[in-house]
Amino acid sequence: MDNIVEILDERKDFIICKSSSNKKNVKCEKESIAGSISQRACVYCGARVVLNPITDAIHIVHGPIGCASYTWDIRGSLSSGSNFYRNSFSTDLKERDVIFGGEKKLKSAIDEIVLGYKPKLIFIYSTCIVGVIGDDLEAVCKEAEKKHNITVIPIQSSGFIGNKSMGYKAACNALLRIMKLTKLNNEKIKGINILGDFNLAGEMWIITKYLKILGINVVTKFTGDGKFEEIKKAPKAVLNIVQCAGSMTYLAKEMEAEFGIPFIKVSFFGLEDTKRSLLDIVRYFKDESKIKFAKEFIKREINKATPLLEKYKQKLNGKKAAIYVGGGFKAISLIRQFENLGIETVIVGTQTGKKDEYEIIESITQKGTVILDDTNPTELEKFIKEKQADILVGGVKERPLAYKLGVAFCDHNHERKHPLCGFEGALNFAKEIDLTINSPVWRYLGSESYGKKEFCKFEY
Amino acid sequence: MLDCTPKEYKDRKGLTINPAKTCQPVGAMYAALGIHKCLPHSHGSQGCCAYHRKFLTRHFRDPVVASTSSFTEGASVFGGGSNLKTSIKNIFEIYNPDVIAVHTTCLSETIGDDIPTYIMQSKIPEGKLVIHANTPSYQGSHMTGFSNMVKGMVRYISKNSGVANNKVNLIPGFVNPADMREVKRLTKLMKQDFIMFPDTSGVLDAPLSGKYEMYPKGGAKVSDIEDAGNSKLTLALGKFASADGAYELENKCKVLPEILKTPIGISATDRFITALKDISGNEVPYEIEEERGQLVDIMVDNHYHYHGKKVAIFGDPDLVIALTEFVISLGMIPKYVLTGTPGDTFTKEVNQMHENAGIDGKVKALGDLFTLHQWIKNESVDLLIGSTHGKYIAKAEDIPFVRIGFPILDRGVHSYMPIVGYKGAMRIIELISNALLDRQDREAADEDLELIM
Repeated sequence: MDNIVEILDERKDFIICKSSSNKKNVKCEKESIAGSISQRACVYCGARVVLNPITDAIHIVHGPIGCASYTWDIRGSLSSGSNFYRNSFSTDLKERDVIFGGEKKLKSAIDEIVLGYKPKLIFIYSTCIVGVIGDDLEAVCKEAEKKHNITVIPIQSSGFIGNKSMGYKAACNALLRIMKLTKLNNEKIKGINILGDFNLAGEMWIITKYLKILGINVVTKFTGDGKFEEIKKAPKAVLNIVQCAGSMTYLAKEMEAEFGIPFIKVSFFGLEDTKRSLLDIVRYFKDESKIKFAKEFIKREINKATPLLEKYKQKLNGKKAAIYVGGGFKAISLIRQFENLGIETVIVGTQTGKKDEYEIIESITQKGTVILDDTNPTELEKFIKEKQADILVGGVKERPLAYKLGVAFCDHNHERKHPLCGFEGALNFAKEIDLTINSPVWRYLGSESYGKKEFCKFEY
Repeated sequence: MLDCTPKEYKDRKGLTINPAKTCQPVGAMYAALGIHKCLPHSHGSQGCCAYHRKFLTRHFRDPVVASTSSFTEGASVFGGGSNLKTSIKNIFEIYNPDVIAVHTTCLSETIGDDIPTYIMQSKIPEGKLVIHANTPSYQGSHMTGFSNMVKGMVRYISKNSGVANNKVNLIPGFVNPADMREVKRLTKLMKQDFIMFPDTSGVLDAPLSGKYEMYPKGGAKVSDIEDAGNSKLTLALGKFASADGAYELENKCKVLPEILKTPIGISATDRFITALKDISGNEVPYEIEEERGQLVDIMVDNHYHYHGKKVAIFGDPDLVIALTEFVISLGMIPKYVLTGTPGDTFTKEVNQMHENAGIDGKVKALGDLFTLHQWIKNESVDLLIGSTHGKYIAKAEDIPFVRIGFPILDRGVHSYMPIVGYKGAMRIIELISNALLDRQDREAADEDLELIM
């Protein structure tokens, strides 16, 4: 696009404005530029967010205290059992350890954990410094496994070795490692694994509830409300469904190659996507009566939700939305959901979207929509103003930015306040969007309010 | 059940559980935001920067911008020099701050990046400034990082031009913008000219206008930090966060340092006002006397609500030391006092307070919340005071909880309400007594519920 001012030259390829003649694709899957105010995180962050929801594991962060402090129970993923994962364990490396190596401290940390908690599974996350000083995590973990007869898995997640996506991959490799721990017989369980839902605000439970109603057996949940023993059984499933594609497509592909489990991509955000996903799952089992039942169930749920959604649509029609989320697949779901609420999406960005996802985004958005990869506050501000968005959907760093611009906000990340998936989630979403966009607080912006009649004193 | 803490103590050598501190860089980032038109720059992997921004954003509920060198594998092998130089070029081109405040991370420290040399080799536009602080995450805590960045400000910016300005430097410590505002208000009332740095008021409590200002109106001006070298005295509020900056000013510019407690509570505020009185030669105005008198009135009116109650306090050392002193003056018993930041002076000072007050309590520096929780499990308290992460203990042990400190992630407005000065002390009393009385009401049987308390 031509009218980009104040955008780093190097950033221009990462931003496009959709037009009928546009042949350019948005550039993505690249490192952030040094010196930019990136909204992105690191390898450790990627690995931690994927594995953290495994509730009965002990997550030890091997490094100075920061990485453990910043990730202490911030995931928002819920547990039906153990709460080990909501505590913060760290080796809190000091200067001494950096000079002489941190292996000794890590070993005693593992010993102390085992003594105090008797866990069956421990993850050891490597942080930047561990990658530099060269602690041999594999060796320490192997030794600890032998000594305590438990599973101890090192995660190679030094921050600098790549981006967040690489952390997803490291996490997936750890999950594969767990699956290969026990030699299972070849007998399959007629059921599925759910990949890429992290049970934020209990969303995994909504999905499993639907599947139970439809007679679909769930073997393993990756990783929302995840449990060690359950993960071991995953190779026995006959189908993988993948929701958070950004973090879990790699795992799905590996499981297909390793255990012959095919996968389909699903999304439970919005009525349409929920409907399509549930039907895709049921159809896989080719049981006509089940398909018929599922159709009836879905119809019932949609009929229940539609009149309520219509009410919200009336209050939201014509509003404009900006989306900035982690993965491309979620962005796609959100665009559709907004469309159903009568809201046009005018800006779409992701932190780690893939080329094919950006292609879909381009195909379903209106002309003039700005599409951007790995953006920063300056760009977001510029386009939110230019496109006059009424609401921004994003994560923690975007919330205050939107508010400062006088724009409403919805957290579709770790800090969501209620489940946003499934039929009830679609209603929650609409309700939240309505509450925030139509809140009276926006009316008091700016000093021009002083003279406004509506704020003048009550007339007797 | 969220509670995973066993009652029995076991020796821990390698393991920290549920930390009561975080790492240096976030403190440095916070301090740097207290310079007007300054962009903090994190020299390390981009995850560090993202985490620090999130942490600060959650606490202040305001946008926090900072840039990163975005280290890759190459940078960690060949050094981060080219990343930093490219960053500096890009930042001035696109974000156009007056100052870039670089802080290091454990990664760039360990590979031995020489920041001053990289800065020297960078093209810095006329009138712009790049300063730095070494903030290795494997030493100290976020308090140390704050202190180091303040020191960096002095080292790079402050100058003694030989012309005295008759001002007092105020280094406010790692406190909220509201506290900085309150310290300034009291100093103004004392009719003493001052320079405060860092000063995050007007930056992290900026008003909402419908416009996003990347560099809000607030923050210490570079010219003022420079002029700090000509002041007659530096009042460093809080030893851990502010003393080193004051000493640096003494070494570099011969400005006398005076180290005070963070002015939380009646005695610490008295000492602060006295210091201002001494240096300005001005009498304490009635307005301040009136506030103090109101505070004493409140202390008397309400003392029976909290007198004799046992309290556990944790958090950053400067705040915790001052709070401990204050709750003792309220007649409470600070049974457990803990900070995550290392420092023998912390234990010494609090032990001394315990001794003077005849309190049999436990004190620990470089402690974690697991330890605090174990203490409480073995002998409970009536109240817990600390940052948000205390809520797990409060819930598990069913103890009333007052949120004071950093970070507060689950409540709003706190950063707009001072806890320093006489007004701040009134607020702390309100928080403490309301927490205790709310609990009493909640637990009261119908026949015991009292209207007048």
